[in-house]
Order: sequence, then structure tokens, then C-alpha cells
Amino acid sequence: MDWHRIRSDFPILDQQVHGHPLVYLDSAASSQKPRAVIQTLTHYYERDNANVHRALHELSNRATEAFEATRGKVARLIGAASEDEIIFTRGTTEGINLVASTWGTQNLRAGDVILLTGMEHHSNLVPWHLLAQRTGATLKHISVLDDGTLDLAQIDTLLNEQVKLFAFVHVSNSLGTINPAKELIAKAKAVGAVTLLDGAQSVGHMPIDVQDLGCDFLAFSGHKMCGPTGIGALYGRMALLESMPPWHGGGEMILNVTLEGSTYKPPPHRFEAGTPDISGVIGLGAAIDYLQAIGLENIQRHDHNLANYAVQLMGEVHGIRILGPLSGHRGALVAFHLDFAHPHDLVEFANSHGVAMRGGHHCTQPLMRRFKVPGTTRASFYFYNTLEEINRLVEVLHLARKFFA
Amino acid sequence: MLSDDLRDLYQQVILDHSRNPRNRGELPPPCLHAHGDNPSCGDEIDVWVKVKDDGSIEDLKFTGQGCAISQASASMMTQKIKGKSKTEAAAVREDFRRVVMGDGAPANEDALGELILLEGVQKFPQRVKCAMLAWRALEQALEEK
Repeated sequence: MDWHRIRSDFPILDQQVHGHPLVYLDSAASSQKPRAVIQTLTHYYERDNANVHRALHELSNRATEAFEATRGKVARLIGAASEDEIIFTRGTTEGINLVASTWGTQNLRAGDVILLTGMEHHSNLVPWHLLAQRTGATLKHISVLDDGTLDLAQIDTLLNEQVKLFAFVHVSNSLGTINPAKELIAKAKAVGAVTLLDGAQSVGHMPIDVQDLGCDFLAFSGHKMCGPTGIGALYGRMALLESMPPWHGGGEMILNVTLEGSTYKPPPHRFEAGTPDISGVIGLGAAIDYLQAIGLENIQRHDHNLANYAVQLMGEVHGIRILGPLSGHRGALVAFHLDFAHPHDLVEFANSHGVAMRGGHHCTQPLMRRFKVPGTTRASFYFYNTLEEINRLVEVLHLARKFFA
Repeated sequence: MLSDDLRDLYQQVILDHSRNPRNRGELPPPCLHAHGDNPSCGDEIDVWVKVKDDGSIEDLKFTGQGCAISQASASMMTQKIKGKSKTEAAAVREDFRRVVMGDGAPANEDALGELILLEGVQKFPQRVKCAMLAWRALEQALEEK
């Protein structure tokens, strides 16, 4: 793979920040966009913009065609059995909230257990907190071990018949841990629990096949995989989607409305009230085409090489503590703590050297408490990053040590 | 090369205060106390203040954790405020706020002493809350009855 040529597809990366070449290491928060996606958005607004569905004019036909074609692209990207199992959302957070509000409210009762883990993003905690408050269901969590992996020894105790839902993160945004999703889902199914996988950091980074994984729901965001912000998707197994009540009511999701009541469309449109983010969906389609052309296996391998190289080289910085697995598979990010600089001071320092990272709790406050750190600094990668950029990062960490220690 | 803005933000005096904070610790009761935090970044500071019957601040200490700016600001605050009356403390606080926010000239710049070194925060709007954290806690503590 010619990764340097691929990198040149991203116009934003070719710039100086504070007099230094930009080193963008914050893709876990939001990825950059290739020219193909940017041009698709421009083309849509210059040639095809119109509201989707219903209208019979040319522009609406084009917009509808491109919009609905993306549903099939998403389905193929994640191995869904049917494109009707794909609901467009604003992102991972909205997808999880949709499941909590519809399936959760319909199915959970006092005494039922929602099983989560100690490494969940707030977006896979708070919707379940709210659901538990509404229904009287109980929350339980699988602990995180010192090496940043789940304490799998707890699973046989925690995953029992009381568990109605098991929701967990595929790749941790704060540790880089890749959870053994297929194995965990199989265990959950064995006790009859419904499973939701938070794919925010995995979809677009590795091949995903929901039928092979066996999950009931998969939520993810477009903007972390080269798509526009404000768009994402929720996969749901059709049998479940069909059983679920609507979430938001409005246009687009109805079959027939009288003044007294209404009947609803089948999935996925039942869950897509109002005018959708049409340009976002079409841009997401372009992002998927772009990623597929590179190949998800290739992206996964490159991610893996970057992360392993970073762990190895960063480990040599005096006073560093890297969170998460130090060997084997990890996602494309390295979160760490330095004994000589607070994350915000380090991020500020790195920024003045052109290096963009993120410091703080990364929306995983319980995990920060678990590891007894106020926060961490996170360097996260995508396929447009290079080994040279990791060299530069480590050089800046050494400079920071001279400056702060 | 470091940018001038960054050098201004992290002057040696500031780094020294953050590495070796002054007046760190708790005061025994009876005293006033307040907790301040910046939920978005996780910085936390507790301020303890002992006020004499005449309203002057006899002693103050702080504990907590956070970035160099929040820790240095807290350390420098405790040195500056000790011995001041509540009114004087409020005036220093307001002048300090103006300096770090770039919100007009301080009424009495001389009274700020080395706190003026935190002026560099002006160029980093996201760090203003770090510099103000201990001062917000102090204000809250002094409002207690």
C-alpha cells in the first residue's frame, strides 16, 4: 500500500501549525476527511440538493437514490443481512439512546439487569442510567484489570438469566483495548440477553461482520471514519427492530395519520422521523466507498503497526505510564500519563509544536478513577498517520520532559 | 523552538509554583472551606481559610490536583491573600480576573505582585478557568457564614 499517496488524499493534513507541520493525532475524537468525501458534499449541494422521498422531481429522485444507496453501503460494510436493518442516526450516542428509549423502555422491568463494563464511554453509560431510573432495572459492570482488559473471570457470575441487555464497547477509546466481542456476545446469547456493541472506535478501522459477531445492535459514528459530522448509523437485527415502537414521531416515519392517531412504517423508516441529514448520509456513503477501496484489512494492519510502534517508542520516555494492553492487539490509540506534566499542560505544549492530541478524561470518568489518574493524554491514529509522525510525537514528549520536569 | 506565547504561559516562576506549591495542605477547623472543580477537565481544588474576628485572612491553604496553571495560580493566591482583609482579597481577585481574561486594566496592578506573570493565560482562552479555579473556590469559601 502506498500510504503516503493515500495521505495526500487529505488536504487538511498539508498545513503548518505554530510553525510546524501538523501532526494530527486526534482521530479517535474525529477523523479527517478525504477529498472524495468533501467533493461529494460539494457536488450534492451544487447539483442534487432536495428533500428525499415523496417528491417526484429530478433532484429529489437523485437525492433519494444517493441517500438510500448509502443504506446498502453501510449494510455491506458491517455485514448486515439487509439494508433495512440500518437506521441513520446522528452518531453512536443517538443510536444507543434510540435502543434505550425504544427497546429498553418496552422490555426492561424492575429487577432486570443491564450489564455494562468498567471501560464504557459516557455515551454507553448515561442512556442506561436514565433507563434504569425509568424502569427500576439494575446496572452491573464487568471490572477492568490492571492491564486494561476486562476481567473475563467475572463473566460467568455476572452474565446470568437476570441480564436482559449486555452493552459494551468494541474498542475502548481510553485504553485501546479490543474486547473479544464474538466470545462475549455468544455468552450473552446463551443466557438470552440482548447485546449492543459500541462500534465508535472499531467500525471503519477493521472488518466488521455483525452476523458473524452475532450482536443484536451495533452503533457507530460516521465522522470517526472519514465521514461528515452529525451522521452515524445503528444496526439492529430485523426481528428486534420490527418489535420496537417508534422513538421520535413526525413526518417520514408514518403510514397513515388521522387527527386521532397514526400507524407507522416498518423499519428502518419507523425510526427516522423528519427530514434526515441527507448530505451527511451521502457523505458517509462516499466515506465508505473510500475506505472499501483501501480495504479494511489494510487499514487494520496499518492501525496495528502504528499503535505497536507507538507503544514501543513511547515506553522509552522516562516517567510515562501507558494505559491499556502493552502487547498484542490494540486499537489505534495510546493513552498515557506522565509523572512530570498534567495532560492539559502536555497537550498545550504539544500543540505549540504542531502536534494535535487530546487530554482529559475522554468521557470515561469511571475508568480514570479506576486507574487513579485525573486524566490522560491520548494520541490516536488512523491510516493517514505515519511512523515519522510517531517519531515526532516522541521527540515532543522528550522536549516536554526537559521543559516541565 | 517554543512559541513566545507558550513561554509567557509557562514562565519559570509559574512552573516553580506548580512543582513546589506553597501553602499546600488543610487547615484544622474551625475554618472556612470550599471545593472547586472544572468538570470538563477534572481539575479539583479545596481551599481552607481562617478569618480573624476583624475580618482579615489569617491563614489559607489548598489541596487538589490539576494542571500547572491551576496549581501555580492556587499557590500564588495563598501567598498573596494571606494577611489581607476580605475587601482587599476581593479587589485582588477582581484585578487578577481582569488580567487573565484580558478584560480591562487592573485597578491596582502593583498589588498583584507576581500574579501578573499569569497574564500569559489571556492568549489561551481555554485555560482561563484553570487560572481562576482556586479564586472561585476562595470567593465561595469567604461567602460562607
